[in-house]
Amino acid sequence: MTLDWKIGGVLLGAVFFVAVLLVKPIGVSTQFVIFDGMIANAMSPDFISQTDDGYTSSNAYMAKSGGKYAKAAANPLNYGFVFVIAMAIGGAVSSYLRGGVGAAERRLPEVWRANYGDTPMKRYLVAFLGGFIALYGARLAGGCTSGHMMSGTMQTSLSAYIFMAGTFAAAIPTATLLYKKG
Amino acid sequence: MQILLALVIGGAFGFMLDRIGAANPNVITGMLTLRRMNLAKTIMLAIGTGSILMFGGQMLGLVDVGHMSVKSAYIGVLIGGVMLGIGWAASGFCPGTAVTAIGSGRKDVLFFIAGGLLGAAAYMVTYPVWKASGLLDPIAGGKVTLGAIPGSGYEAIFAVRGDILGIVIGAIFVLVAFVMPDGLVKSSDGAKVPAE
Repeated sequence: MTLDWKIGGVLLGAVFFVAVLLVKPIGVSTQFVIFDGMIANAMSPDFISQTDDGYTSSNAYMAKSGGKYAKAAANPLNYGFVFVIAMAIGGAVSSYLRGGVGAAERRLPEVWRANYGDTPMKRYLVAFLGGFIALYGARLAGGCTSGHMMSGTMQTSLSAYIFMAGTFAAAIPTATLLYKKG
Repeated sequence: MQILLALVIGGAFGFMLDRIGAANPNVITGMLTLRRMNLAKTIMLAIGTGSILMFGGQMLGLVDVGHMSVKSAYIGVLIGGVMLGIGWAASGFCPGTAVTAIGSGRKDVLFFIAGGLLGAAAYMVTYPVWKASGLLDPIAGGKVTLGAIPGSGYEAIFAVRGDILGIVIGAIFVLVAFVMPDGLVKSSDGAKVPAE
């Protein structure tokens, strides 16, 4: 069951608050880069290298800001990466406890079936392309729905409002055009 | 200690994203087509609650202002936001909710994650082009907040107390969550899509 929005909103807000009280604001999309860095470094060990005062990488993006991404990718047991692993666990536990996702829904979301019928391959292609453009965009923007929209707005960051303007200007027409039924 | 906090807070965040329906593409599509605004109400209430607690805590001296982390403003934020918006609307997932849904058994989310890893890698490769274009250069002062938050070190756009403004804006988010209708656009008469 989906939580009543009043309860869900206050509890989620409490999570945002505890994160910034104890550590720092929540963010997710950086960890896609960190994971890519881990893969790249496993395939070609000189992708990340240690320097006198930290880490650097042959990739300019991994090496930026004093090599902080390179450092995180070289040391997977860091706050940001473990946070995202824990999100997957927390999401799976919640899903399991409320009875899980049904077989039909696992194959295809209902809203897809309503608009495009039983076309799983098409759906998976759209999910793949959606993931590609969403993460490319998130890294270009320096954050995603979590880091900009939730954490940034909560902190009254100007960048969060710029991000939201772009996101909703694109997301609402896209969703309306693609999903006419539902 | 940091790792333990990552496990607890990350776990709670993933748990909550699933509980509010954010890890369900049907719910995301309902929100982005403006047909079912329940999730929008939830998230606005959450942002408002978080903001009021954080800025209120700062004013009482209970919350370390140094824990804030404001991101820079630049033109690429807008372009990237547009791209994320398209990917989010088309797939019904965003980076955080996709991670949350990994263990749900949904097959499409695995394709989103694979595409996301490739998209992030593509950005890593093309980063020097963006850097050279100037679209990553700070605008309007870069890392700025709307009001001046005491002790934060961030520049402000408006010459008002940032913590008080943060509480006011937080209260507005809460208020909007309460007055927003359940749906802004009528659902089509076609196939029924359950809210959950």
